[in-house]
Amino acid sequence: MSKILIVAEHDGARLNASTAKCISCASQIGDSTIDVLVLAADGSAVAAQAAAIAGVGTVLVAENAANVEPLAAVLAPQVAKLAAGYTHVFGPSTTFGKDLMPRVAALLGVGQVSDIMAVEGSHTFKRPIYAGNAVLTVEVPAGAVVVATVRVASFAAAAQGGTAAIEKVDAGVALPDHTRFVSRSSATTGRPDLQSAARVVAGGRALGSADGFKIIYSLADKMGAAVGASRAAVDAGYVPNDLQVGQTGKIIAPELYLAIGISGAIQHMTGIKDARTIVAINKDGEAPIFEAADIGLVGDLFTIVSELEKQLGG
Amino acid sequence: MRRIMVGVKRVVDYNVRVRVRPDNTGVVTEGVKMSINPFDEIALEEALRIKEKGLADEVLAVGIGPADAQQQLRTALAMGADRAVLVQTDAAVPPLSVARIFRQLIDKEQPFLVLLGKQAIDDDNGQAPQMLAALWDRPQAVSCSKIEIADGKATVTREVDAGLEVLELDLPAVMSVDLRLNEPRYVKLPDIMKAKKKPLDTLGLGDFGLTDAAAFKTVRVDPPPQRQKGIMVKDVAELVDALKKKGLV
Repeated sequence: MSKILIVAEHDGARLNASTAKCISCASQIGDSTIDVLVLAADGSAVAAQAAAIAGVGTVLVAENAANVEPLAAVLAPQVAKLAAGYTHVFGPSTTFGKDLMPRVAALLGVGQVSDIMAVEGSHTFKRPIYAGNAVLTVEVPAGAVVVATVRVASFAAAAQGGTAAIEKVDAGVALPDHTRFVSRSSATTGRPDLQSAARVVAGGRALGSADGFKIIYSLADKMGAAVGASRAAVDAGYVPNDLQVGQTGKIIAPELYLAIGISGAIQHMTGIKDARTIVAINKDGEAPIFEAADIGLVGDLFTIVSELEKQLGG
Repeated sequence: MRRIMVGVKRVVDYNVRVRVRPDNTGVVTEGVKMSINPFDEIALEEALRIKEKGLADEVLAVGIGPADAQQQLRTALAMGADRAVLVQTDAAVPPLSVARIFRQLIDKEQPFLVLLGKQAIDDDNGQAPQMLAALWDRPQAVSCSKIEIADGKATVTREVDAGLEVLELDLPAVMSVDLRLNEPRYVKLPDIMKAKKKPLDTLGLGDFGLTDAAAFKTVRVDPPPQRQKGIMVKDVAELVDALKKKGLV
């Protein structure tokens, strides 16, 4: 029987949607119990949200003033200690989990499975390699604790309706003070969250400038969509880094991905492989994005976007 | 000696369209262009810039891989690294073993900073820097887009899902670098000639008392599922129709 511990991602007030996806992944490992660990300064609100997710056995809450910001060097020793007795320790493959989980694995003296995209057995998983151009099936040795990050785009969120018990825990380990949080800045506005939005409108270098990129925001607002961007658009300074989609940005799985003026480098495509429908609009009919697109339209993107906005306006 | 240690991994060049072997044991690497992992190149560039600002005395490039990985270390030396160490092995070395090797080299080399790529573009694991920081019990900063060193401390900006995060770290520390940290310099021909004279030492896994028993078993490698061939529409009206049929607008 597997005993799975999931490290919750949150901002102190709200549980991140990635946690319910980890629970969904964990639930595919048959014959198991699933507990959620909330590390926070005050974890009560987040713990209540985690307890309401179906399939959760117990929510463990480790409260410590040092946990107010998710510093991997501070959280990892607590997770490693509280992981005693568990067969699996999962976190999301978001920047939170990518930072924390390998540090946990090393403290436990085991390797890590990065980016689980499918569960084949309690110790066997599929994960993408080479920017998603190959899929590796990997087997963790029996008896080793399975530390893993879960590729959130590969799993639907676990349903609500749980009534898990909430239990306070204390790892009782010394925490380092060599790493200090200074600040966090976010350029995102009131638009839907890129990582969980059902629709995403994304722009590339062909928008030409930050000013040119405004048509993407405008169309996205009309459609109630999140805004994304290619690396080229971010590098060129049209938009902030948190909008980047791709191998080094966000991996997303919306119902609709509208790629406007994005050529479709393999590093970008790996970020949208799980989108249900990909629409590509590009002036270059030979752009690689059309190979992956479900619907393609060749033409001047400024004309097309303005027309599209009009036709969707009704 | 104020030393910066940099990881240099030999990987399939990022422009190569990789193909899965017909027997599903891995991807085709024969006759394929190999390069320095692009993130490692950025790490090296940052180390060189820190040295050029007078904040470090030596940049040490460390590679783990086959004998041919010397080529990438020579490139690192041509870019400006002062010396290089190759831990030579034909085995696939998992991230935890990479971290253990670096941990032992740290004892010997005493760097104040270890700069690594945030991930290698072959395995896409993204683990070794964090694992090393754990084994060393030192600070880590993952996905750095800005690094400032002063007074035994570093102020780093990291790319996170929410935007940008700034941390202050005591040194020594491990940092993994992201794409927007810098743009690596081009290597000039005279530098390639000069690099041939720079020291490149070779060690073996045995020097670190390591076996690869901790590695995971590769069950198989498959090509990714292919998407269905899509349709081309001729104008916006057709596009809107197609989206409406799918219930997407």
